[in-house]
Order: sequence, then structure tokens, then C-alpha cells
Amino acid sequence: MALFKLKINGKSQEVDVDPKTPMLWVLRDHLNLVGTKYGCGVAQCGACTVHLNGSATRSCQLPVSVVGDNEITTIEGLSEDADHPVQQAWLKIDVPQCGYCQAGQIMNAASLLKSNPKPSDEEIEAAMSGNLCRCGTYTRIKKAIKEASNNINA
Amino acid sequence: MSVIKTRVGRRTFLKTSAAAGGGLLISFSWLASCKPGRTKEEILAMPEEWFKLNGYIKIGDNGVVTIYSPNPEIGQNVMTSMPMIVAEELDVDWKNVIVEQGKLDEDSFKNPQFAGGSLSIMLGWDALRMAGAAGRRMLLEAAAKEWQVDVDSLSAKNGMIMEISGARSVGYGEIATKAVGIEVPEDLEMKDPKDYKIIGTAKKNVEGKKIVTGKPLFGLDFQKEGMKLAMIHHPPAFGMKVKDFNRDEIVAMDGVSDAFIIDSSTAEPAWTEVNAFNTLVAIIGESTWQLMNAKKALKVSYDTESEPESSDTHSARLKKDLKNGKVLESRLDGDPDAAFANAAKVIERTYTSPFIAHNTLEPMNFYADVKENSVELIGPVQTPKSLEERVSAMLDIPVENIEVHMTRIGGGFGKRLYIHYGMEAAAISKKLGAPVKLIYTREDDMTQGTYRPTYMSTYKAGLDENNNLIAFSVKGVGLPEGPVFPKRFPAGAVDNYSAEKLGSETNISTGAWRAPRSHFTAGAEQSFIDEVAELAGKDPIDFRLELFERAKSNPVGEEHEYDADRYAGVLKLVREKCNWGQDTPGIHRGIAAYFCHNSYVAEVIDIRMDKGQPIVEKVWCAVDCGIVINKEGATNIIEGGVVDGIGHAMYSEMKFENGKPVHNNFNTYQLIRHSQAPKNIEVFFVENEISPTGLGEPGLPPAQGALANALYKATGKRYYHTPFSTAPQDQIDMEVG
Repeated sequence: MALFKLKINGKSQEVDVDPKTPMLWVLRDHLNLVGTKYGCGVAQCGACTVHLNGSATRSCQLPVSVVGDNEITTIEGLSEDADHPVQQAWLKIDVPQCGYCQAGQIMNAASLLKSNPKPSDEEIEAAMSGNLCRCGTYTRIKKAIKEASNNINA
Repeated sequence: MSVIKTRVGRRTFLKTSAAAGGGLLISFSWLASCKPGRTKEEILAMPEEWFKLNGYIKIGDNGVVTIYSPNPEIGQNVMTSMPMIVAEELDVDWKNVIVEQGKLDEDSFKNPQFAGGSLSIMLGWDALRMAGAAGRRMLLEAAAKEWQVDVDSLSAKNGMIMEISGARSVGYGEIATKAVGIEVPEDLEMKDPKDYKIIGTAKKNVEGKKIVTGKPLFGLDFQKEGMKLAMIHHPPAFGMKVKDFNRDEIVAMDGVSDAFIIDSSTAEPAWTEVNAFNTLVAIIGESTWQLMNAKKALKVSYDTESEPESSDTHSARLKKDLKNGKVLESRLDGDPDAAFANAAKVIERTYTSPFIAHNTLEPMNFYADVKENSVELIGPVQTPKSLEERVSAMLDIPVENIEVHMTRIGGGFGKRLYIHYGMEAAAISKKLGAPVKLIYTREDDMTQGTYRPTYMSTYKAGLDENNNLIAFSVKGVGLPEGPVFPKRFPAGAVDNYSAEKLGSETNISTGAWRAPRSHFTAGAEQSFIDEVAELAGKDPIDFRLELFERAKSNPVGEEHEYDADRYAGVLKLVREKCNWGQDTPGIHRGIAAYFCHNSYVAEVIDIRMDKGQPIVEKVWCAVDCGIVINKEGATNIIEGGVVDGIGHAMYSEMKFENGKPVHNNFNTYQLIRHSQAPKNIEVFFVENEISPTGLGEPGLPPAQGALANALYKATGKRYYHTPFSTAPQDQIDMEVG
């Protein structure tokens, strides 16, 4: 066990855990931030996507010991009150079915639009293909990303 | 206006009580998202007192209405659509409605609380409307009594009761207190569908904002003070049983507080208890990561209970039992053998599909707190009533002392009809003497079983010299049960018809998987019909319409399951919408239609080929499910069905080696991804006033056939075996080796 100081959603947090513990479980089990989801544990489904200094990262493959001073943002910290353009677009397009994968989809989409505010269809597909949606909301996700892109660039 | 007897639900719907203080979780944030322009203060001005009109409805003194949604929410969107029906008949403004998940209490809801068979809306239709209408009537009666006027001189609308003369009006919230103890008449008036203001509109998911902000909604997110975490280990192969394990080493590990073997079986298992692995190692601790590490350190010994099976065993068994399997269901019209012998053209094709896993993205999990004579169970389950009953049987604790609460469910697809994980959580809590949340890893989940069975069906058709279909037969087997529905299409449309559903066996545990048997049969039958139409030199839609005309005007044999007019209706609608017959260079088009779960769906798929792989450019869907409750949710679920159908037809399969499932995670088990999904899906609903039927499943089955038929147009090759992306597509050698 070891003590780690972390910057999460703009706040300082301390946890005393096994250094190999993936951030996914630090967030879920130790910090009560359960919006970040467990789907596979092997970086194949994207449900655990968070931002590390603003870039989409699979938290199931991110040991707490390597985070250091880098800032982590989870779905709970993406906006104050669902007012991030990607969240707004998700609500407008009514994307979710079961909803379990959507936090990861949203975090990945927000990261994509930050680096590429006007992605083409192919760029959206390529960037989002690591995020599984078992319910099959892919066409709505794409629509919502385009909606958010339009609003960001308006 | 239709009239429904309250008699069935009388005991429930007459019950009124004041539930002071609310006492339940109220979703302020959701209200905020629905009421733009309201200040935070206004939103927080929640009722000081709630009045419970019946099991579904609670009205606040300020007019805010809470509607409890009775059924499990697995993504089929019933948490929005079921309360919409109540709100319609209660006649309140949807903006003033808060929805909460009801707990298991079928006496109060007067409605079977399960998510399965696409039945929630169909079975709940009367109870939900009655709940709303009874509430409205109680408020009307209360106002009439208060004003000393005849109830017929009043009307109720949008949360207000008004004198028809226009003299007085009162809000539901103000009069709700007086509704306590009011009797409801035996007959209740329901709205005419023409007057619907909520049903048939497009409403956003009531939990949308919670989902996009990552609120704790799912079973895996549930936490309670003093709760331990638990993980299980089941044998790596079917046919094996846990015997013993290295307990001393495991309990010495960091973060492990206990480890033991549990048995979650009952003496007379219900169908929902399908489970190849009732005996499990359970490890208890404080953190998921430490438990995952402990699982890796397990050394377990096993007994062998039955012969291990491999995919080769399964293929051979399917071939053998397609010839010799026990007939479970059948139908025979005319004399197919004689008709085939006399036919000018005969065609025979065999179709297969492998075992597949459900792979809900939220792995199995459940919270259980077993005390000496009571149990609390909280988590994701499609059949909460069965869980209650079976835990009662397992622990010998009366059902009255068992509480089941349903969390939002991260995918169902049939997997969570089977309650083993809830029972395991209860067995662990009992042995531990403490509340516990059981968590499956993805690997546990994918290798646990309850798979969609593997299937094989042979179709045969005979045409006369004028290309009329004079004989049709289908024989289908599965491990353990065949996929054939003898009374479905083309039963009733062919003079000489035979259908046989055959049984076999396997030690792989199997269960219902979204549109059980229908998904396979639709894919096989609709591909075959396409090939028969081609042999007959007919347009595939015209060919089907001819058969429906026959089934309607001069049906063959005893009754068939489908309504030929509605079946033809969706074909005609999709034909019109997609502009069938147009020829776009590079685009290849396939069609399929299927009836299941009392609904009719036709789909046209347009593909183009790119480096040998199909790109689905567009899918048109025509759906007849009777009255559509929520256009938004209904469209979403049909889109999802199409993606699910295409995905599993193209990519997914579970194989076995020596009893062991060869895939245990998404790195090798393929599911459809963004880049493989259709570029565009358009959904059209037939407008009618028929009582609503299934939607969660019927969108899926036609997708495979439509895709196979489009692939044929693109490649000149027929697709008989899933997954299309990897399985060899030749007709298989049916010689049993």
C-alpha cells in the first residue's frame, strides 16, 4: 500500500492503495466516483474512459502510481450541470438505451472534439471504434458528435 | 372512449394513503432538465406532503406527480414509456412528472414486473391506463364532494379540475388530500386514442441527464455502509465442478477477509435458475482490484461430472439430430413428399449459427443482505419476482420477508432473466453473515454460459412449372432445442407444408437471447425465401406478397400465428419508403420481414463493398407494433435491434475446446463497433389504433436476412452460416461422420 496525491476533477484527493491499482478502481472503490464504468478491464470496450490532462485514456490500464501531477477528469467533472456541448448533444439526440457505456462514449467524444473540432464521419468512426455500445446506439452517437461539433463551431 | 373494468385491480386501485414527507429519493436534477426557465428555488420547492393515489401515483400538494415505473429498465426505455401511459390517463403535464423505479410489489402494481419477451407495454397496457384513469377519477370525485356538485359537471385536464360551467377550478395537488378514501366506480373511462396528448409523442429518456452526468444508477454502482465486496470463481470448462481450493493462501492475501465454497442450487430449480456452475469459490474483500488479484492466485481442484464438449462435437451432434432428434413440435399440411416429387424445381438449403454470449456491458452483479429471517436484494435483474421466490426457496425464508429493488440495468438481452448471480450473492451473504455486493469480472461473465444455443435448419421448397410455391418444409435442431416455429409464415400460405422442431442435448448451459429462436429462424427463412423467389423469377417482395395474399384469402390448414394483412403492410410500407426497384451503382440491396413478439417488421438494407467487406450505407425499417407509446424511444430500440442483428450475423461466435469457452473477453470475442455500424437507419411506424405489442426484440430478427440478401447481390454468393465475416459459406456436407 502507498499514499498517492491525485488531482481529480479540479480537486486534490488522497488515496492509500496498492500502487498497481488501476485508476478505474481507485475512482470507483476509493473515491466514490462510479460514473466511470468497468466493462472489460483490458482496454477493449472504452467504458472506463477518463481524461488525463484532457486526453481520453482507458482508466483500467492506468496504474495509480504513474498518474503523478497529471490532471484526471471523469464524467462527474466534465461539466457543472450537464452543460458540456457533448452532454447537451447527447440529451438532444436522446442517445442512451441502457446507458452503461455512455459516460465512456461522452468522455472519448469530448476528447476527440477538443483535438479535432470538425471531425469527418470517418474520423468519428476511427476515434470512437474503441468504445463498444452493446445496445447499438452508434448512429445516434455519431449524430450527437456532429451536433456537438456544430455547436462548438457555431 | 373505451371502458375498462376496475374489478381486477379494485383491491389495489381503491387503496389510498397519505405518504407524508415523501421519504423517497426525489430527482431535482431531472426536474430541472425538463423545466427550462424555472429557478433552482422553484425546483427545490418540492411538496411538503405527498398523497399516494395508488401503487403507481403519488401527488404532491404543489401538483408535482411521481409515477413509479413497475418494470426493470434494461435499455428498452420502459422507465419513460410506462409512466407516459399513466400520465396520459391521469391527464397531467409531462413536465410535472417525476419518474422513479418501483420496487418489486406485484400486488400493488397489478402487473407482472419483468423485462422479457418484449411484453412490458403489451401486458401493462390495461393496468397502466387504469392506474392513471383511476387516479384522475379519484381527484374528480374529491373535487365534486368538496364543491357539492355532480361529478359529471367537472372535467380534468393537464393537472387541473374544472367546472364545465367555468366557475371554479383546482389543481390536482390542492385536491389530492381530499382524494384519500374516495371510491372508484366499477367502470372507468379510458381516453380515445384520438385524444392522446402524451402517448404517440417523442419524449426524452427520463434518466437521460443522470446517464450523461455519470450518476450512480446501475447495480455495479450501488454501495451501502458496511457492505463487503465478493467475487466468484467457476470452473473453466462445462462438465466440471469445483471441489476444493487453496483457501489458506487466498485468505492470507492483502485485502481478502474470507474465502469459501458456496452452493446456490435449490431442490427443484425454476427455469430462471439455469446455471452450469452452482458450486463456486467465493472470495470476500474490500476492494475490487485486490479481489481480482486473489482470483488470479486461486488453485482450484475440480470433479468431472460430464464429458467435455468441443465445437466439433456440436457440429456432429447437430447433423445427427437434424436426422434423428426428438420431434418437439410439428405441423403438416397436405403431402409435401408427393408435392416435392412432382415439383418442376426443388431447392434445399441448410443454415447454421454458433453459440453466442449475451455480453451485457455491465457484468453480472448483485447486492444481498441476508439476515436471520429477512433478505434485502438490490441489483440488475429482468425477473425480480423469480429471484424473490428462488432465494426464498434456497434460504427457507418466506417471500414476505424478502425485498427486491431494481437498479437501472446495463443491458439485458435475456441474460438477466437468469438469476444465478442474485442467488449467489444471497448464498454468499448468508454464509458471511454480512451485506455483500457480488461482482463478476468480464471473464467470469463471458464464460459462465447461458448462451444462445447453436442451431441448424434445413429448408426445402418446390415450385410447379408456373413457378408457384407448391411445397415447403423446414426441419430445425438446436443444442438443446430447435429454432422452428411451426405455425409461423409460410404456414397457411402453402398447400403442402411441413415444419419440425427437433431436440438434442448439450452440457453447455443455454438460455433466451434477444428474440430467442426468432433471430435465427428469421435469418435462415428470409434468406431462403429470397433464393426461392429468385428461382421462381419473381421480385422478392412480390413473391412474399403473393404468399400473404394466399394466407389471407384461402388459408391452408389450421390457424397460423400471424396476420397476413399486417405482415404485407410492413412490406408495402418499406417498399414505398426505400423506393424499391431503384438501382444505384455500387449499392446492393436486400430485404427481409419477420413477425415475432406480436409485432411485424420489414427491413431493407443497402450495402456497398469496400475491400471485400460490406459497408451498410442505409437501413429502412417499417414497423407495426400497434400504438406507439414513445416515438423517440421506439425508434431508438428498433435502431438498436438492427445494429445488434447485423453485428451478431457478421462477427460474433463462441467456440469450445474440451468444454472450455475459447473467448473470455472483447479482445477475441468480436462485437460490432462504430466503424462497422450502419451509416444511417430510418424507422417508420404503421399508424393504427391496435393495442401496443412488442418492440424490444422484433427489430433484430429481419436484419440478418436482409443483410444476407444484400451480400448475395454484392458478391453473387449466398450466405448460410453466421458469423458471415469468418464462417465458410458453402453448403455443408450432411453426412454424419
